[in-house]
Amino acid sequence: MNGPDYSYAPLLFFAGIGAAFAVFSVFAASIAGPKRYNRAKADAYECGIQPSPHAEGGGRVPIKYYLTAMLFIVFDIESVFLYPFAVSFDRMGLFALVEMVLFVVTVFIAYAYVWRRGGLEWD
Amino acid sequence: MAADSFVQAHIDYGAVAPMLIVFGTAMVGILVEAFVPRASRFWVQLPLAIAGMVVSLVVLVTISRGHEVITAGGAVVIDAPALMLQGTVLVLSIIALLAMAEPLGTRSPDAFTQSGASVPGSPAEANAVRLGATSTEIFPLTMFAVGGMMLFPSASNLLVVFIALEVLSLPLYILTGLARRRRLLSQEASMKYFLLGAFSSAFFIFGAALIYGFAGSLDFDAINKAIGTNGGMDGLLAPGVLLVAVGLLFKAGAVPFHSWTPDVYQGAPTPVSGFMAACTKVAAFGALLRIFYVAFESLRWTWQPVLAIVALLTMVIGAVLSVVQTDIKRLLAYSSITHAGFVLVGLIALNTVGISGTLFYLAAYGFSIIAAFALVALVRSGGTEATHLSQWAGLGKTNPLLAGTFSFLLLAFAGIPLTSGFVAKFAIFSAAVGHGATWLAVVGMAMSAVTAFVYVKVIVLMYFSEPAEGTAVVTPSALTGISVAVGTVLTLLLGIIPAPLFEMTQHSTLFLR
Repeated sequence: MNGPDYSYAPLLFFAGIGAAFAVFSVFAASIAGPKRYNRAKADAYECGIQPSPHAEGGGRVPIKYYLTAMLFIVFDIESVFLYPFAVSFDRMGLFALVEMVLFVVTVFIAYAYVWRRGGLEWD
Repeated sequence: MAADSFVQAHIDYGAVAPMLIVFGTAMVGILVEAFVPRASRFWVQLPLAIAGMVVSLVVLVTISRGHEVITAGGAVVIDAPALMLQGTVLVLSIIALLAMAEPLGTRSPDAFTQSGASVPGSPAEANAVRLGATSTEIFPLTMFAVGGMMLFPSASNLLVVFIALEVLSLPLYILTGLARRRRLLSQEASMKYFLLGAFSSAFFIFGAALIYGFAGSLDFDAINKAIGTNGGMDGLLAPGVLLVAVGLLFKAGAVPFHSWTPDVYQGAPTPVSGFMAACTKVAAFGALLRIFYVAFESLRWTWQPVLAIVALLTMVIGAVLSVVQTDIKRLLAYSSITHAGFVLVGLIALNTVGISGTLFYLAAYGFSIIAAFALVALVRSGGTEATHLSQWAGLGKTNPLLAGTFSFLLLAFAGIPLTSGFVAKFAIFSAAVGHGATWLAVVGMAMSAVTAFVYVKVIVLMYFSEPAEGTAVVTPSALTGISVAVGTVLTLLLGIIPAPLFEMTQHSTLFLR
């Protein structure tokens, strides 16, 4: 290798511009922006919709959300593996088919557990 | 086209069958949880889990003769050390699971809460108990952990090591938080273990990324070859090796990554502490052995002094802090830290004596610590476990059998002759002297003396004090009985006739690469 390798220099340059822009924006907003009071500004930010009410003192969130989210992830991961398999299963033959079936079976074992233990019942 | 160059990895199913059996049993265990009525789950899950591990062990012994392969595209190596470590994990897990299952006359493992997800003392918890909720999930959880522990020392690729690390850790985080008694302490321990474990996993994976940047491969053999040829890139290699070591030393409970150990061992259900102290240590040191002896073999003169300092600190800090402990579980936790230091002394010996001594030490210590924690679980006071040392006063008079067995196990930890602890320490320290690290052996022996003082203090407390108020020993079923008996008898047998196990460990020192 002759001398230092500069092939990653644009990456560093880009990171520098990004950081500079973030710092500039924050300062520029505090100097140039108008400061008018609006009650919505004091609310919790929730993707532009009315924020859902929270109980005082760090109240509890229904655990149902968590179970649904978990189950979604299980099937999400499954589809992540199924897509590449579906695109090229003809090149991999029977072995890949058997492996995929085993993989789907393990996912369904988790599903059967959640179903039987009442994880799918909303109330 | 790139897709045409797809090469299917060959998998030697015979060689990985023991792991597949354990994972398969875990899967069946989940289905049992889903479909078998509550009342009969315990007596389905326990025989299923034990049978799974016994069958796995039988298959392991069957394939162990002349069956050394690198399989799954170089990701898994089944060689003599891997077989030895997997066998050790399985045997230790069987007796640990027997102690964990102890139902004490109910239909559910006694040490575990029936409603882990509910707030301690809440109406939801009382309702779950009234409806007869069981804690039999611990069986599949344990099986997953055991499967991960078997993969951990046989993985030959940093990513597979990472996956095995997570597979063994995640069930342990949950098991830690499921104690029936002192649930807040247990949940705190679980949270601490999870957070610190996640940090150490992050360290490991970041180290693996740096090493990939250095070597262009995650395979141990390729990394080792790259260390020999890629000069002048130590900026990637050195931090990579150190970060990977942090992740592994955390699991092994070595100083300065030990601080979780006392809290977690104290908070976890007592038999789970025994399971972690025995089996997790075997798996973690197994992985350390393979990574440092195969992947970083060319660097051995560089990492050896670093690990020597870690070993020194681990022995000294574990021993010194065990002196001031007033809780028996914390005392055993600091004792396990000291023992991790002793094992590290064997690991850095860089010769076959050191490897075989390390393997012997891990097995011998495992049997003793599982029996010790199983006994701690039996001492009760006011409906909860009596873990404060003052509550152990006079146990020698009220329950001579328990006190006698526990004293014997403590003497084994101290390394008194005629126990496995003596033989194991002798093997480790002679390996250290053999490669010129006499100073480590001297420190090790001094620290043995310090811990011996701690153990003798407990024995004196049990035999020469008036019995404490309210402390009672519950009578266990045959499950704990077998677990303690096997652990204690093997502690004695390995101290008197260590030759058979030594022969096995001496034949298990050659890493396949």
